[in-house]
Amino acid sequence: MPRLAAAAILWFGLWLPPLRSGLESDMALHMTVQIPLLALVGILIAPEVRRFEPRWLAEADWLGIPGIVLVLFSTSYWMLPVALDSALGDWRMEVAKFVSLPLLVGVPLGLSWQRMPPLGRLFVIANIISKVGALGGLYLAAPIRLCAYYRLDQQAEAGSALLAVTTAAILGAFLASFFGWSWRRPFPDAWKGRRAVATAADASPSLPT
Amino acid sequence: MTRGFLPLLAFVIATGLASLGFATSGFRVITTEGARRLAVEHHPRAVPDVVLVDQDGKRFTFSTYRGKALLVEFIYTSCPTICGVLGDDFGHVLATLRQDGGTSGVDLLSISFDPARDGPPALRSYAGRFGASAPGWRIAVPATREGLRALLKSFGVVVIPDRFGGFTHDAAVYLLDGQGRLVRILDAGPPATLLAEAAHAVS
Repeated sequence: MPRLAAAAILWFGLWLPPLRSGLESDMALHMTVQIPLLALVGILIAPEVRRFEPRWLAEADWLGIPGIVLVLFSTSYWMLPVALDSALGDWRMEVAKFVSLPLLVGVPLGLSWQRMPPLGRLFVIANIISKVGALGGLYLAAPIRLCAYYRLDQQAEAGSALLAVTTAAILGAFLASFFGWSWRRPFPDAWKGRRAVATAADASPSLPT
Repeated sequence: MTRGFLPLLAFVIATGLASLGFATSGFRVITTEGARRLAVEHHPRAVPDVVLVDQDGKRFTFSTYRGKALLVEFIYTSCPTICGVLGDDFGHVLATLRQDGGTSGVDLLSISFDPARDGPPALRSYAGRFGASAPGWRIAVPATREGLRALLKSFGVVVIPDRFGGFTHDAAVYLLDGQGRLVRILDAGPPATLLAEAAHAVS
């Protein structure tokens, strides 16, 4: 329940004019703060949604594949300059953004993530990192304005911000995949891995060829 | 594989591709500018016949130009950057038109979107800078704020304030055909290209 309350407060807070216009007046804040926070709203409510998820849907979401494909399509959509513009110029598209980012990105991510195999999760992380990085590079280098509602200098700033996010995500993904996720017990996988290698080498020298 | 997996996946992919295709006008454009140009090219649109005031203080409307091709650009006279380029380009077009004896049936119109600062005196000084004179090349401002809003909306022009008291805006040239419909959105450039498009539109 506290998650649900946090999600509601976050969503309404983002919708209220001071924060909404403040974040949207700057392309970098729009792309690196508002959009990810709207997706986070969905991730926060996903555990509650799971209780109402019909059985057939949970079964059809085999290995989380349909869910994650939905996430990749929805994130790609809101990365299009023409989509960002539409949200700024048309209140109906703004509503669509505020509804679709939680429900079509955050919720399916929260639901499908648990069903995905570890390598599948890494694939998704790598895919998102490369997409955001490519977009950042494009915005930083593009000599023309890609969004009708933002200036060229704002576009370059947004590019730098996206590249900063990419760098942080690469570093985070590197540390997480080599040393594990937990802050409380650091490096559990690494220690486990060392023991496993030692045991395997001791027990049987022949690896499958 | 579970039951329902393939239909669900197919549904997600189909709706995903459909929305991306819809947003990008069939995977052809990713920017609002590209979408706008494509839309105008495929569906020429009538522009509102608003009242404008030119550099001589005379009132006129778009219907004045019926039967002729009209090249339009949006400017503000205190613009330090792109409007100068636009003005020069129209100056070259005008020179080319005069060489041809002015029989090509093409007129030029620069519209200011800054009515607060651009009254007839400012328009006159801008006209003087680039050698514009009515009726071949009018420098004008919509007579009312509502007229300006309607024009910007219909042409799809987005004007955003910059950090120096001016505006950021596009550098496109808009082509209206003999029936007063917006038929092309072009890049400012060599007079020959603009005039070829204009000749095509009026024929």
